[in-house]
Amino acid sequence: MSAPAKPTPADDELDAALRALLAGIAPDADVTRLDSTSDIRSTLDIDSFDFLQFVIGVKERLGVEIPESDYAQVRTLESCVRYVAQRRRPTPS
Amino acid sequence: MPSLGADMEAGRLVEWHVKPGDAVKRGDVVAVVESDKGAIDVEIWETGTVAEILVAPGTKVPVGTVLATIRADGEPIRGTPPATAAPSVTPTTAPPPPPTAPAAPPVPPTTAPPPPPPSPGPVLTVRASPAARQRARELGVDLSGLAATATGPSGAISVRDVERAATPSPPPAPLAPPTAPDMRRAIGSAMARSKREIPHYYLATEIDMHAAVKWLEAENRTRAVADRLLPLVLLVKAVARAAVEIPEMNGLWVDGAFRPSSAVHVGIAIALRGNAGLVAPALHDVQSRPVADLMPALADLIRRARSGHLRSSEMTDPTITVTSLGDQGVDAVYGVIFPPQVALVGFGAITERPCAVGGMLGVRPRITATLSADHRASDGHRGALFLTAMGRHLAAPEALA
Repeated sequence: MSAPAKPTPADDELDAALRALLAGIAPDADVTRLDSTSDIRSTLDIDSFDFLQFVIGVKERLGVEIPESDYAQVRTLESCVRYVAQRRRPTPS
Repeated sequence: MPSLGADMEAGRLVEWHVKPGDAVKRGDVVAVVESDKGAIDVEIWETGTVAEILVAPGTKVPVGTVLATIRADGEPIRGTPPATAAPSVTPTTAPPPPPTAPAAPPVPPTTAPPPPPPSPGPVLTVRASPAARQRARELGVDLSGLAATATGPSGAISVRDVERAATPSPPPAPLAPPTAPDMRRAIGSAMARSKREIPHYYLATEIDMHAAVKWLEAENRTRAVADRLLPLVLLVKAVARAAVEIPEMNGLWVDGAFRPSSAVHVGIAIALRGNAGLVAPALHDVQSRPVADLMPALADLIRRARSGHLRSSEMTDPTITVTSLGDQGVDAVYGVIFPPQVALVGFGAITERPCAVGGMLGVRPRITATLSADHRASDGHRGALFLTAMGRHLAAPEALA
């Protein structure tokens, strides 16, 4: 498996879309300043119910389903962008 | 004007959802009322037709004031209003359910946060109250243009936003939302009363969650994302089942005596964002509803608690309350009972812990459950039986669901 690719414009779009989802869940937080490498849940004070709404949003708006067993892979915005991007891109041959 | 807490003296009528001539049935939300505990959707107890609205939006009136008159079905239309015998819309101090627990209005610290500041990112969906959507249709206003300047709870578009957009004339003076200090004061006075009046005792137990966690994982693998179950729903169901077995935990302490409730309406302690406070509205009849039914109801309750759309019956009906602080990572919570209830169940985080499994050292997911109970209504022995019953139910999740 090659090293993680440089962020593409598509990734930036994903980042923005994910931030928007989080903004809807945590309207009192300044999501634009959320560090990509910070733990989303603890930084934004998001509980398990809120996180489930986020996962539902990712499925409904971005078409990617995150099973519970993969929750650990989407703890930060950066890892979440990578996770969603991989599942949206057609798989390489 | 309903009383939504023992210390409530007055409330402001914010918005009517009905007008004279509308048919209403028991349970319909007919108005929005604001007190220092936040905005509450008021349900009507009568069935009939709205005869006359007596209190205009924006008016603050004392508890007990008649807000509107209702004509029961079949009753002839009367000439002039005031001394009409038609039943009035005052879901006041006597809500009928739960059957065996009478009137006294409880003092749960309740509802809605002040509207949060507009979110910094782009708005993905247009959130608007049903009343706002209807008004927008009537006035031909496009809701999508109002999202950025919405003033309703959680950034939703309110009727006022729609009307302001439609008419050039200045809108009525904006209603001041309850501020955090008011909510803090309301919670403080309820908790102080609790500690003053209720002789609390506290028990704790560790419950094995191995079976429950496995069951939830298996369930959620087969369910659509939007239908996923949270552990809380299983915990709450276990509390309800245990409350049926040990009824001294489920009911209200009123006029010097315990009034047990046959139904278990579990108050769900919900933290409001931005340290705006705490509410604990009721999830009704938990003992008899399947988890598949409870989960969407719980999700809806949490959403409405955070957006300021709880209903009056949800504020007055809890017979026992659950507080779950596991997401915050604490092991256990020793909570304060919400008067006039007689028990509070606390849950900490579900964590993998070393324990004895079949005589050997194993690691299992476990949770610390606590009970704060009113010593006037029960003794520690009964409290212990209650916690044991909860553990037994959680060990058999298929039967619990």
